[in-house]
Amino acid sequence: MSRRTTVLAALATLALMSLAVPPLAVPPLAPSPALAAAKPRASLTDIENDVMCPSCRESLAVAQSPQSYAERDFIRKLIAQGLDKQQIEQALVAQYGEAVLARPPARGFDLTVYVVPAAIVLVCLAVLAIVLPRWRRAARARLATPLAAGPALSAADARRLEEDLSRFDA
Amino acid sequence: MRRLLLPGLALLAAAALLGLLAYGVSNQGTNSSIDSQVAHGHFPPAPDAHLALPVLGAPGSKTLAAFRGHVVVLNVFASWCTPCAAEAPILEREQKYLAAHGGTVLGVTYLDISSDSEAFAREWHLSYPIVRDVNGKLVHSLGSSGVPETFVIDRQGRIAALRRYQLDAAWLQQTLPPIVAQAS
Repeated sequence: MSRRTTVLAALATLALMSLAVPPLAVPPLAPSPALAAAKPRASLTDIENDVMCPSCRESLAVAQSPQSYAERDFIRKLIAQGLDKQQIEQALVAQYGEAVLARPPARGFDLTVYVVPAAIVLVCLAVLAIVLPRWRRAARARLATPLAAGPALSAADARRLEEDLSRFDA
Repeated sequence: MRRLLLPGLALLAAAALLGLLAYGVSNQGTNSSIDSQVAHGHFPPAPDAHLALPVLGAPGSKTLAAFRGHVVVLNVFASWCTPCAAEAPILEREQKYLAAHGGTVLGVTYLDISSDSEAFAREWHLSYPIVRDVNGKLVHSLGSSGVPETFVIDRQGRIAALRRYQLDAAWLQQTLPPIVAQAS
């Protein structure tokens, strides 16, 4: 058998094998419902802390109203469907509006939630930056100033002081 | 003058914060002006009449303005609300009366999962139109604080009567006939 025949035979065998062997299964892009159910991508406890019970105006984590029970059931269903936290929050907004989010969106009046605390910290820092150097300068000036001298001694008192000191030294 | 600058600025900042707080609290609170106007016989126009609200379980939207010329019993409800379930058969009975007299009940779901609202409507065989107020815009403009609440809107689009808590058949039977009898 010539070398050329051997190569052709090998190629033909490979072609036959590729026809006989089924193609490798391509993994699905999205997890199957069964897989999603087995591996939740969010937890109820985590979501409860970041969303509100809109009817009772308190965190879902502590709410005990009938609406909060319905909301938790809805979240559980979405977790079982394999949705992540962000997707579940979006679904909650679609049902209850943005009032369901514990952290309101940064626009309109709700913007104050983010702006006011930062502004207060900045103003406090600015006030400290102005006031602290002044306090330090004033404190240094107080230390640098010699204590105020008392009234000058009279000649008699000076003589008596000298006598007392010499007696003490002796 | 310079010595007063810092305390003055601090006072100004404190006053601004208090103002902000007061504004926020007043925005969150309920508005009872509709109640007092209705109680004094001054029937205010239904607010946000042109606000389009999505229809429950169907494509499209509806506005209150679209019902102008009809008597509308606007009922704010949620599937998780026990008094709402008690009201449902009463409202469905009243829908038959209203339909025969140029009127309708209009359900408005509030703070409710749409699939739960649909199940509620199926359970109580509700035949009247139902819309969803997802962001609570209409409900807030009506001064509502919860569910159930019911507003009777006359043919001129004015709030002629309201009930801030669970209604009963007697209230509707007493309230509706004079409003239905009014010409448009």
